[in-house]
Amino acid sequence: MAPILEVSGLTAEFPSPSGAVRVLDGVDFEVQDGEILGIVGESGSGKTMTALSVTRLLPPAAEIVGGEILFRGSNLLGLSGREMNRIRGEQISMIFQNPRASLNPLYRVEKTLEHVLGTHRNLSGESARRAAFELLADVGLQPERVLGRYPHELSGGMCQRVMIAYALASRPSMLIADEPTTALDVTIQLQIIELLSRLREEHGLTLILITHNLSVVAELCDRVVVMYLGKIVEEGPVLEIFDRPKHPYTVGLLASRPAVHAGGGDVATIPGQVPDARERPTGCPFHTRCPHAKELCSEQPPAKEEIGAGHAVACHFWREIS
Amino acid sequence: MSAAAAAASRARGGIAGRLIAIGRWSRANPVTAAGFAIILSLVAMAMLAPVVAPFGATDLDPTSVLAPPSASHFFGTGTFGEDIFSRVLFGARYDLLIGFGAVAIGLFLGCSLGAVAGFLGDPFDEVIMRVMDMLSAFPGFILAMGIAGALGPSLRNLVIAISLVNVPIYARLMRASFLVVKESQYATAAIGVGAHPLRILVWHLLPNTWTPIFVQATLQFGYAILDAAGLSFIGLGVRLPTPEWGVMMSLGIERIISGQWWVSFFPGLAIAVAVMGFNLIGDGLRDLLDPRRR
Amino acid sequence: MLTYAVRRLVLLVPVLLGVTLITFTLTRVIPGNPIDQLISPLASQQERQRLIHQHGLDQPIYDQYFTYVRDLAHGDLGTSFTTSQSVLKDLVSRFAATFELTLYAMLVAILIGVPLGIASAVWVNRWVDHLARVLSVSGIALPVFWTSLTLLYLLFFRLHVLPAPYGRIDPGITQPRHITGLFTVDAFFTGNWNAFRSVAEALILPVGVLAFVVMAPIARITRSGMLEALESDYVRAARSLGLSERSVVLRHALRNALLPLITMIAVVYGYLLGGVVLVEEIFAWPGLGRYVFDGITSSDYPAVQGFILYATTIYILLFLVVDMLYMAIDPRIRTARERR
Repeated sequence: MAPILEVSGLTAEFPSPSGAVRVLDGVDFEVQDGEILGIVGESGSGKTMTALSVTRLLPPAAEIVGGEILFRGSNLLGLSGREMNRIRGEQISMIFQNPRASLNPLYRVEKTLEHVLGTHRNLSGESARRAAFELLADVGLQPERVLGRYPHELSGGMCQRVMIAYALASRPSMLIADEPTTALDVTIQLQIIELLSRLREEHGLTLILITHNLSVVAELCDRVVVMYLGKIVEEGPVLEIFDRPKHPYTVGLLASRPAVHAGGGDVATIPGQVPDARERPTGCPFHTRCPHAKELCSEQPPAKEEIGAGHAVACHFWREIS
Repeated sequence: MSAAAAAASRARGGIAGRLIAIGRWSRANPVTAAGFAIILSLVAMAMLAPVVAPFGATDLDPTSVLAPPSASHFFGTGTFGEDIFSRVLFGARYDLLIGFGAVAIGLFLGCSLGAVAGFLGDPFDEVIMRVMDMLSAFPGFILAMGIAGALGPSLRNLVIAISLVNVPIYARLMRASFLVVKESQYATAAIGVGAHPLRILVWHLLPNTWTPIFVQATLQFGYAILDAAGLSFIGLGVRLPTPEWGVMMSLGIERIISGQWWVSFFPGLAIAVAVMGFNLIGDGLRDLLDPRRR
Repeated sequence: MLTYAVRRLVLLVPVLLGVTLITFTLTRVIPGNPIDQLISPLASQQERQRLIHQHGLDQPIYDQYFTYVRDLAHGDLGTSFTTSQSVLKDLVSRFAATFELTLYAMLVAILIGVPLGIASAVWVNRWVDHLARVLSVSGIALPVFWTSLTLLYLLFFRLHVLPAPYGRIDPGITQPRHITGLFTVDAFFTGNWNAFRSVAEALILPVGVLAFVVMAPIARITRSGMLEALESDYVRAARSLGLSERSVVLRHALRNALLPLITMIAVVYGYLLGGVVLVEEIFAWPGLGRYVFDGITSSDYPAVQGFILYATTIYILLFLVVDMLYMAIDPRIRTARERR
């Protein structure tokens, strides 16, 4: 199976009065056609920036200064604004973290849906309406009750479903979901996850799921990529990563899940905080908080190594991690 | 090095250091710096007028009536042989004074009323804010016209009229911040800190308040000059022969058709420059102090 | 929505009363007795007493106020000292001239200001933005009476491109037949092209000058509203759906930027009302502005007062209209208001 998306060496910066701040530092990963890839990390890890880079929706101040993003073989970074716009929606769609804020408060649901259907599938009038009905039903909503509504009249969960309907209206091959459940109640989270899973089954959608919630990753994803401070520190099949994590950061993340400690006792945490991107540690970005850090770690950034079974890790001393 | 010499060189370094810092800041904020430069020049003009002006403000030269700009009369002369350049220079005193007076009084009254309304709540709040609403119901210039017209044309009444028009703006801003204080007061009480409300007021509230009020005041300074000139132009402000820019312009209305453009042109230009200066400062300050920039 | 409109109109009454109170207070603050305006100081004491009684000035002040308000409610704004006609009649006869001026000024300001604001936001910090900012600051800072005089000198006296400031129409041409009172409309519909041309020429400068003043805040508020919308989450989401940039800017961003814009239009109309007082005199325009200007010069206080009341009432009503428009455009406000 060919990878639908190949990201290599992606580097992005923000200008600031004290010099450029690097938010993505040489990110490489691949997404296979039809798989669900999870990107995990804490805030500041660069996962959202990666997603926004792929869709080229970075805030105007940010700049991609290096790397390639190959989607079905063509480099997205080389496309003009108009060409990229055609890719968006038709090939790659995205849904965002705060669903209600992503919907235009002045328009009813049906209005925007009609725009999208008109733009990408050339539908209008009755056929557009029918398609809108189908899409909303597909995401688990009752079309008659939702179509004529304004975003502020819908719950958070409903807004997210509407967003998903919009995103799928143009039948993209790949959907990027940036923390789709973070702003929602736990019960609704489950529903959205199930919805995404079902949609993948029914439409053969490739899904990139960005989250800091590891249980969601475990539920839904085929493979996972772990990011820290703008770099990928570990990647591999979900089962492999969860059973045999080889990067101290991944180990720490997995250990700090509350579910693991249901039987009482303290929740393990990773000591320290994510350093400010303006003060990047030398060498391996994680060494300032790593329990296994040695001298080499502060001097030389580790390269990503394949360690078998599709598992790769960026750590000098991964062999010592059990 | 002796102690005196050391102190002297430190002082020199201090002034030079200050100038360099100002230079650097100006380059980073050209807009605001330009505004400051303009206003400082106007202030200098006002203060130095008696020294710099070639003629007195009311000196008349009957031999040189309605003369176009020349080497002896930079801005030409008016209907009675007055030197327009000198009058423009002296005019800076009047217009800057009017602007300052109007803003100062408006600020003082408005902030006091707003503070009382916000702090004491109903019934003061209701009454004061209703009166403010009634004042704001009038278009600004029209209200100033009414007040100036009722009180009679004079410098003092001009300042009063314009300041009253601005009172609601400051009252609202001040009241809004005080309401915020009241909220936080209750919050703090709930938490049980029990700090004295006056303390919260002074230490937490005022620093956050003064920014929008300061920006407004700077902008209003310019608009006050504009309004004052407008009112004087229609005869409701300063009276002749006082060299105020607006009333100077009213002398030029008929002169345009006979081609003596300089009579209104230069005073008007002065007004424009002043308003622009204050606008640039106000805008620059607003951008600088915008919390999003921090 | 209708009930809301009615409710707002009812709430207007206290505001209007407040306005009359302030206006009334202003009249009674005038130094000197208003009677002195009407009568020669040499008149007998008897004459003075008679006039004082006739004008009700010997009544207690609150009675005077009641009479004042009652008269207002009946449309009686007093009698002008200079024209000896009812002020209301004076205002009505001059209304069309000023309305034509302010209408066109507003239209021009919006037609230029809004696209300028959009362009500044879309191409932030490029030359369009800088140009717009220069125009905005100029529009605000340059006094409208100065721009009028300067342009009049350049375009009429020097270049002879525009006519002399003789008012709405060349005195040598007959006015178009009265339909609406707006000379451009009347001339157009009666096919009177000669008059139309003259009227249009006469309008260019006063409309241009007023529009220039008003265009500035409009452009700025459009710009800031657009910037906020363009940086919002829903615009980002719209872009992510592959909608064309044009659609994103004009359909999604602009609609949201309309809200502050509408309020600004009402505020800016207030500037226009003040501006006509300054501009009409310069162009010998026979409108309300000139009426009030002459009224001020001749201490015709009923006239000035009448104008103030008229201008303020229009201003207040305009804000009411803005409020209604808000409700029409923003469904969130509709829901909030209906809930109350």
